[in-house]
Amino acid sequence: MTVPCTVRLPIFEGPLDLLLHLIKRNEVQVSDIPIATITDQYLATLEELPELNLDGAGEYLVMAATLVYIKSRMLLPVPEEEDEPEDDPRHELMQQLLEYQRYRDVAVGLGERAVLDRDVFARDPERLGPPRPGEPAEPAVRDASLGDLLDALRGVLRRLRPPPVHEVPREEISIGQAVERVLARFADAEAVEFAALFAPEATRAEVIATFLALLELIRLRVLRAQQAERFGAIMLTLAVATVAEAAGRVHDLGRWSGEEGQHGDGDRDR
Amino acid sequence: METETAIDSEYPNSNGHDQAAAQVELGRLPALIESLLFAAGAPVGMSRLVEALDGPERREVAAALKALTESYERDGRGLRLVQVAGGYQLRTPHEHAPWVRRLLRERPPRLSRPMLETLAIVAYRQPCTRAEIEAVRGVEADAVLSTLLDRRLVRIVGRKDAPGRPLLYGTTREFLEVFGLPDLSALPTLRELGEAEILGSPELVVDAAGVRPPAVNDEGTEPDGTGAEPPGDTG
Repeated sequence: MTVPCTVRLPIFEGPLDLLLHLIKRNEVQVSDIPIATITDQYLATLEELPELNLDGAGEYLVMAATLVYIKSRMLLPVPEEEDEPEDDPRHELMQQLLEYQRYRDVAVGLGERAVLDRDVFARDPERLGPPRPGEPAEPAVRDASLGDLLDALRGVLRRLRPPPVHEVPREEISIGQAVERVLARFADAEAVEFAALFAPEATRAEVIATFLALLELIRLRVLRAQQAERFGAIMLTLAVATVAEAAGRVHDLGRWSGEEGQHGDGDRDR
Repeated sequence: METETAIDSEYPNSNGHDQAAAQVELGRLPALIESLLFAAGAPVGMSRLVEALDGPERREVAAALKALTESYERDGRGLRLVQVAGGYQLRTPHEHAPWVRRLLRERPPRLSRPMLETLAIVAYRQPCTRAEIEAVRGVEADAVLSTLLDRRLVRIVGRKDAPGRPLLYGTTREFLEVFGLPDLSALPTLRELGEAEILGSPELVVDAAGVRPPAVNDEGTEPDGTGAEPPGDTG
């Protein structure tokens, strides 16, 4: 991804921000913008930009075009009896400005709050352990979503060791192998925590193969991913009785023996 | 009551444990809770407190939390008890920030205007797509979204069932923690969204352009309810 070109008008965060500034400076209402005046001032501000970068300033130019268009429409005679507010050429822009202003106000409010690690401080959290095994499941337990799994993956990738200085021939691991390794973990454990699936010395490729294997196993309903509390640890359990049954199911479905296409039960979205 | 037997067998030395727990003098409850919150560091939910205290009822715990909150303020202590991210947490008061910062020698986290505006939009409209954010702000949101993802203030919550299956973003628990919000409903209500209920955070009132003052939830009520759920974010 290329570095985004940010046009830094002195203090403005975008065309809407600039417009709101001009409206405030002219002490007029958003609901009744003197479009000619504001358009002139808007264009004048753009010209003050020392290096108007066409690429990055596109958003400002689009707004300039909109303003000029509205200004031209305002010059047209208005049919007598049509008095609907939607017929005001400024209507759409007005709605957009009001909406942006609302969120901008909220943003100001957020920034003024007592922000953690800036204004207020707390102890570094101790990790509260997950519920003890065998404990009745809390009502809050829910199936972990794809987003939860991606969050957890992010955490694992973050703690990966930096790559070694000299290159060691890397072990390639297929998703099929990863599936077997994941299932092997359930031979003597009922539940495995998400993070525990990934050895600390695992390479990025291994982590990703394991993650893909995990997604596949969940999709095939061989494993279940559950979270005791929002943002809590994700626990994986077998959704079938035994590891052998799990392995059999994976093969039955033909995914890893190369016979693609036998699982037409339409639940690929899980 | 399987949990109680489990606890007893795990700590065989706690003779008469049940009896003692049943009789935790209510007068000691605030101090006990103070210990728990200090030890945890992170916000602790009401149910977790009730479970750890093993005896006092929820409303007694709520009353003790209220008493503790008030005593911190009344006595001008160096800590405050706040409701945040569905739980209770001990934090330093705002006024002590300069000294704490000097001790920690850490640069405070930067929250730029684009970050705050984007967060505001995501917080109210979640789950929402990048295009929706860009439509409101009138500028590109790519860079600022990836900063917010890195800072764990927003997260990907799924994909929209629309052409291109765009990613959907939502706020995180860290978002609530960083801004000291008990839950999402503590944000001021945008008139346009027509929400019926709002709780807490009177200091956040911006009485202009459709933001209306929130009502105050002053009772020590349970904050870790469904209010913490972003709308439409099912697992």
